[in-house]
Amino acid sequence: MSHTLDAYLVVSALLFCIGVFGFLARRNAISMLMCIELMLNAVNLTILAFGAFVPTLQGNAAVIALLVMAVAAGEATVGLAIVIAIYRNRRTPLVDEYAQMRD
Amino acid sequence: MLTIPSTIPLLGWSWNDLLFLVLTGGLLGSALMVVLGRDIIRCGLWMIVCFLFLAGLYVLVGNPLVAGAQVLIYIGAISVLILFAVMLTQSKAGPARLVFHHQAWAAALAAIGLAIMLVIVDGSTSWPLAEPDRQATATSEVASRLFTDFVLPFEVVSVLLLAAVIGGVFLAKRDDAPRSDSDL
Repeated sequence: MSHTLDAYLVVSALLFCIGVFGFLARRNAISMLMCIELMLNAVNLTILAFGAFVPTLQGNAAVIALLVMAVAAGEATVGLAIVIAIYRNRRTPLVDEYAQMRD
Repeated sequence: MLTIPSTIPLLGWSWNDLLFLVLTGGLLGSALMVVLGRDIIRCGLWMIVCFLFLAGLYVLVGNPLVAGAQVLIYIGAISVLILFAVMLTQSKAGPARLVFHHQAWAAALAAIGLAIMLVIVDGSTSWPLAEPDRQATATSEVASRLFTDFVLPFEVVSVLLLAAVIGGVFLAKRDDAPRSDSDL
């Protein structure tokens, strides 16, 4: 079970789908950012699984995973800063109350 | 002297399979707690647990360097950042009464459909280059790749991180103009 590529791919697909559901369904903007992190981690698991099972990708996968982590850190920084900036104006972190742009 | 049997006594699995099942169950369970929990602070704490299980999976897949980076970056930095933002934006009334949108059922349908589709695609695809078993990655090879083939992306990521830091400070900075209502 731990010796097949498919098992890891299925696990990361399920993790990605949990993240997708949370991103679409949660009202809190910070919850949505957490779900984005879950999705990024699922993709990282896929990359590392391919790197472990395909010999030509061996070292490359780890490097790409590290770069993805760095980009995720930057994304979290900017995303949380945006959420805090909006919160300062609107006094709520709930995204469905940001109806101003719709009008 | 007591020796550990090479497989699990009654089931006949290898120990790695048991480890894989435990890590996977913990990972998916804690991810569900992140998504479904009512209290957002607890969601953030469950996210830390989820990242820990994922670091365990990275070790199992043969990449201890990335597992260490996962613990340092995700648990040490990103989770703390998210928990700080949660505390900054939490209203005094406690958790919101309605955690999900009214259209959450449509989101659930979309996510389940996507999961079924991905599992079917994965099951029907054969990976011709994949070896039958996984191989651990040597840290020295990662280091040499990082500073030979991938040195340009490495530098670009450093510039990106600098830009993200400056942008984050700029966005979250309080503007100096006097405001009618009091600030945070």
